[in-house]
Amino acid sequence: MAKLSINGRAVEVDVEADTPLLYVLRDDLKMNGAKFGCGLGQCGACTVLVDDKAVFSCMVPVSVLEGRKVTTLEGLGTIDKPGPLQRAFIEEQAAQCGYCTAGILMRAEGLLRENRRPTDAQIRERLSANLCRCGTHNRVIKAVKRAAEYLRTAATTDSNRT
Amino acid sequence: MGCLRHYPLGRGGRGDSGLSEARCDARGNMRVIRGLLIAIAALGVIVGGYAWRSSFAPIDRPQASSFPVENVKAGAVLAAIGNCATCHTRDGGAAYAGGRPIVTPFGTIHATNITPDPSTGIGGWSEPAFIRAVREGVSRDGRHLYPAFPYDHMAKMAESDIKNVYAFLMTRRAQVSASPANELAFPFNIRSLVAGWKLFFLDRGGFTQDASKTAEWNRGAYLVEGLAHCGSCHTPRNVLGAEDKSRAYAGADVQGWTAPALGATSVAAVPWTGERLAEYLGKGRSPQHGVAAGPMADVIGNLAQVPDSDIKAMATYVASLAGAATKERQERGARAIARAGGEGAVTRPAAAAAPGASVYAGACAGCHGEAGRQPLDPALNLALSTTVRAASPNNLVRVVLGGIGRTDNQPGPHMPGFANALTDKQIGDLLEYVRANFTDRPVFAGLDVAIRKARQ
Amino acid sequence: MTNKIKSAKLPSGLSRRALIANGGALVVGFSLSDALAQAPEAPPVAAAPPPPLPGSLRVAPMIDAWIRIDAAGKITVLTGKVEIGQGVKTALRQVAAEHLGVPLGSVTLVTADTARTVNEGYTAGSQTLQDSGTAIMHAAAQAREILIKIAADKLGVDAATLKAEDGFVVAADGKRLGLGELVAGDVLKVKAEPATASKLRDPKSYKVIGKSVQRVDIPDKVTGGAAFIQDFRPEGMLHARVVRPPSYGAKLASVDTARIETLPGVRGVIRDGNFLAVIAVREFQAVKAMEQLAAAAKWSEQPTMPEQASFAAWLPAQDKRAIPIRDVKGDAPAPAKTLDLEYFRPYHMHGSIGPSCGVAQFKDGDMTVWACSQGMFPLQDAVAQLIRLPKDKVRCIHLEGSGCYGHNGADDAAADAAYIAFKMPGVPIRVQWMRADEHLWEPYGAGMVMRVKAGIDAKGMLTGWDYEVFTDTHSTRPGGAGSTLVGQSIENGFKLPAPQPAPQPNGSGDRNIIPPYKVANLRLIHNFQPHMKLRVSALRGLGAYSNVFAIESAMDELAAVAGEDPVAFRLKHLVHDARATDCVKLAAEKFGWKAGAVTGRGNGRGQGVAYSRYKGLAGYCAVAVEVEVDQETGRVRLVRAVAAADSGTVVNPDGIKNQIEGGIIQSASWTIHEQVSFDRTRVLSRDWSRYPILRFSETFESVEVHVIDRPGTPFLGTGEASQGPTGAAIANALFHATGQRIRALPFTAPRVKAAIGV
Repeated sequence: MAKLSINGRAVEVDVEADTPLLYVLRDDLKMNGAKFGCGLGQCGACTVLVDDKAVFSCMVPVSVLEGRKVTTLEGLGTIDKPGPLQRAFIEEQAAQCGYCTAGILMRAEGLLRENRRPTDAQIRERLSANLCRCGTHNRVIKAVKRAAEYLRTAATTDSNRT
Repeated sequence: MGCLRHYPLGRGGRGDSGLSEARCDARGNMRVIRGLLIAIAALGVIVGGYAWRSSFAPIDRPQASSFPVENVKAGAVLAAIGNCATCHTRDGGAAYAGGRPIVTPFGTIHATNITPDPSTGIGGWSEPAFIRAVREGVSRDGRHLYPAFPYDHMAKMAESDIKNVYAFLMTRRAQVSASPANELAFPFNIRSLVAGWKLFFLDRGGFTQDASKTAEWNRGAYLVEGLAHCGSCHTPRNVLGAEDKSRAYAGADVQGWTAPALGATSVAAVPWTGERLAEYLGKGRSPQHGVAAGPMADVIGNLAQVPDSDIKAMATYVASLAGAATKERQERGARAIARAGGEGAVTRPAAAAAPGASVYAGACAGCHGEAGRQPLDPALNLALSTTVRAASPNNLVRVVLGGIGRTDNQPGPHMPGFANALTDKQIGDLLEYVRANFTDRPVFAGLDVAIRKARQ
Repeated sequence: MTNKIKSAKLPSGLSRRALIANGGALVVGFSLSDALAQAPEAPPVAAAPPPPLPGSLRVAPMIDAWIRIDAAGKITVLTGKVEIGQGVKTALRQVAAEHLGVPLGSVTLVTADTARTVNEGYTAGSQTLQDSGTAIMHAAAQAREILIKIAADKLGVDAATLKAEDGFVVAADGKRLGLGELVAGDVLKVKAEPATASKLRDPKSYKVIGKSVQRVDIPDKVTGGAAFIQDFRPEGMLHARVVRPPSYGAKLASVDTARIETLPGVRGVIRDGNFLAVIAVREFQAVKAMEQLAAAAKWSEQPTMPEQASFAAWLPAQDKRAIPIRDVKGDAPAPAKTLDLEYFRPYHMHGSIGPSCGVAQFKDGDMTVWACSQGMFPLQDAVAQLIRLPKDKVRCIHLEGSGCYGHNGADDAAADAAYIAFKMPGVPIRVQWMRADEHLWEPYGAGMVMRVKAGIDAKGMLTGWDYEVFTDTHSTRPGGAGSTLVGQSIENGFKLPAPQPAPQPNGSGDRNIIPPYKVANLRLIHNFQPHMKLRVSALRGLGAYSNVFAIESAMDELAAVAGEDPVAFRLKHLVHDARATDCVKLAAEKFGWKAGAVTGRGNGRGQGVAYSRYKGLAGYCAVAVEVEVDQETGRVRLVRAVAAADSGTVVNPDGIKNQIEGGIIQSASWTIHEQVSFDRTRVLSRDWSRYPILRFSETFESVEVHVIDRPGTPFLGTGEASQGPTGAAIANALFHATGQRIRALPFTAPRVKAAIGV
């Protein structure tokens, strides 16, 4: 039995301790955000955040997650109320087949939680842990920058309000 | 001069980590060193103006076409063996244009621009000036160079080889790039101190052939002891930062990584042979030992340009450091392979309830294998990994945190880093489990400290 | 990507109700697609010889095969094509909405489903808009006129006074009739008229076509919606994994399955000939059981492949069928200069980021297969043959997968699932390939050697062009059960039918063999060599990428010999083609091309240009790139790319830009990184570490796409237009940057370094 916190929700799942988080998310919790791509930590399709940092969920056993905070794509917003990165990806149409997109978006989220003013070089470097095959790279970089802008604007608006 | 050892700066793997540069461990001895250095410098001055060296007049940059192409080609191979580009290239910068910070306990030295730019590089250096720099550690203008530049090894180079390296460097594209000034504390910023250091530690004798050995062995010795300067990392240093020749190739710490022992004290499960060393130096991996990472990955990257004959020669010499390939050693190797289930086989940890066991099963076994699960690649059999068997957990910790991967995206071994995925405690548990299950070595000492340090 | 439309047959005598009931039971908890939400009657079957109708109306001339409107006014558009990330779910809706005169959001689209849609063969060759888009355009326009006519009768007014807009038929007096009110009976169950009868909207009045519209599928994909076949989880589904052999032709010598069968969650192990699979309750249980099964299996292997190192020399020496494509002798002066050049491209992978996945259920004698491959109807044939069921007992439904770029493992995964489901009736079976399955077993794009002999006269005009391509087949589909791995593996299995070269203009390895330039003497030979030492099939563009790489590299070499600017040299051989000329000029202008600047100086930074018209009859595309080369390491840095594209009538401008841009980046990856590596026995590229592709850190600083809209002209397609020109433009820029011409792909750092020398 593993106790997890996923997108702020406490979850208990009855799985073997060595089960990678990816399979718990997809198979037990029926969540779609994290994708299976390689199972080897090479492509990043399965990326989620653990304690605000991007990890390959295909290589993180549930046994190491007790007391830690997991964030998945589903935790960033919904189709009706997309979060800043999700909005930016839609507006930039930064997807083709869209399979790698979820993982890329999560790695970008990890970057933006550290740094709301990432340079192109920082975005490119960070996202290099993820692969895209359709060639959406340049649109993705634009989308991440756009999202950073939304976050900064939102932060300014918030501070003006208070 | 103190612990100004040669620090090839490794670039970690791709993935989740952000590892800091490590520091030399000799800090505790700083005061002692300082006193000794001043004494040495004084001695150098007394011994007759030894510290003073003449300047070679600057020349007009020679035309690239003035160097025969075969000399340039030979120089390219030599520069690769010398691993020159690693130190003399900044991250993301032009090759050989310098600027890489080399962090030492005495401050930071910035590698120089060795492209033929006349003002910021070596465009104004004549061939004799260059030969003197390589052999004696003296700049064209007469200043002493810090032994971060391993001239204590380069001094063994044949003049013809130095000339070829000169031809190679002078035909590079000139890059205008001034290296920042070194940031060294007093008294280490006094270059004349280096003159005293050289009196003790610079052997000007050149390389002597050993007639009792094969030509291949001699070629290997010439390269390993000289240009390739393997001892710079693999030989421990004395209190003054010079290599302790009485413990040659006994292994040493460098940049938080441990350069493993190459000689008889090697902890490898399967004793190294010339053949396996050649495989490792040529491909950066050997199924019986592991995959090159950290600073060694840069060395391997450069060796890709080196002909097999030289790789083989170096391997032959290094293998000989442990003595003859005795029957006992061969049997030890065979036993280790058998215990590991075969070179390419599945490694079989005991089913254990250790806290690290499920971490291993979920995070590692998918590639490294466990009972029934196949390893991704024979080189990943942890029962044969030299790193898992090492005295210090440094390398293992660094690899687990930062992973292994080529920064140039060429085909090669890949392992993701787990810095974000696992807590310090979990990494500790994991590595204790790995050590206990895949080796017969004692538990790691200082594992917690090593993890904390590597995280910094 | 053979266009199978001409030979395609509609499914006959489908027992649909059973299939639908079967499918309906599986829909619980799944809202991935509307494919199962409702199942209206399928189109009537037409077996008449194809009338001269536009697009895919040729194979299915009934209007309601394409457009349905129910009494509530709900509009359903049906296509036999599929979404593979190219945005056709959006573009086809745009086409339908425009010509029906309805809001875009009111159109529901159903993609390929053997029980519901027309058989449009494969979604391949950049033909979706040409085939399906054209059919839907005419069907929509004709449906609109039918409804207007009904409305005119109802309102007692002249049809000419009515117009269709926003989902209503609107009268001059403002009276509005909803489309649902007009569709009583089978008013759309009529045969389409020839194209000339279609009252197509005037392109000048387009409201939806030609406008950048956000793709309908992206919101789900970025918020965790069920968007992919991998997200399809029918109730009671079990997870299966297949243990594939370690090498081509390996035979399963022995395997002890007893221990595997007792592992947690394992429901069964299937061994049939060389086919080995395990089925488990949870996905990770299946993974672990598969790994143990793989460790338990002993195979006998044989060296069957040539030496990779000498492959380029080996290939042309193999048995060949020399197919003349052109042999024209014209009037030209004797050449002043000639070049004799040879180019090479290695095997390339599709390399989908998500390994292939298939789901199947065999229940009450009916097989339902959900697949992410490009052709549901050919898959239906293959599955029916594989499990020896009548075709009408097999239904194949497309669900989106990870980008496939051609014939990857998707059909195989679907066939695996069908085969296992057949052995375990009643339960939905999901087969997810692992990374190594995809890397090692997908059919690759075949290695090729291209030889060019060309001459120019004293004025720098081409006098002759003699070109030969040597290559394996570029399509092993459709091939029935024999084209699937499971079909080939099982005892008393199936054999791949001998592949045949497809005729021009589609071609296979000879796709785009015809140079677009004016030349008096032209000899083109396609040396068809179906040796199949590695598993091969259709990869995006088939031979086009390599042929354009060779043609456009050679044109640059000729320009250099002639001492001419590469753009000017091309333009003077394109005077016969105004659209080609526009395209090249636009790319050059937007790039800031300076005539005479490109001479192969070799100062480390270079610019290159290339052009092609896909298949000689589809989209036009010119690409200019700038690269930087590190003299010491040989690393190629992609600086920028500027493309101009003419795809005829533009439906979704941003969709076209996205496709061209993606094609450029994917092609850059092929060009600088990719080659499948193998030894005599095994493929070595088993994961991304042995088959690197372009990373984010390596992409261009900028990619610009300029789209030339030609409203009212035929759709030309876009998906495969930019790969060829990009590869060649990089080659040409590399020459400019280094002074060295590299004729063998890929331009990896070691290869470029070797070419530069010291």
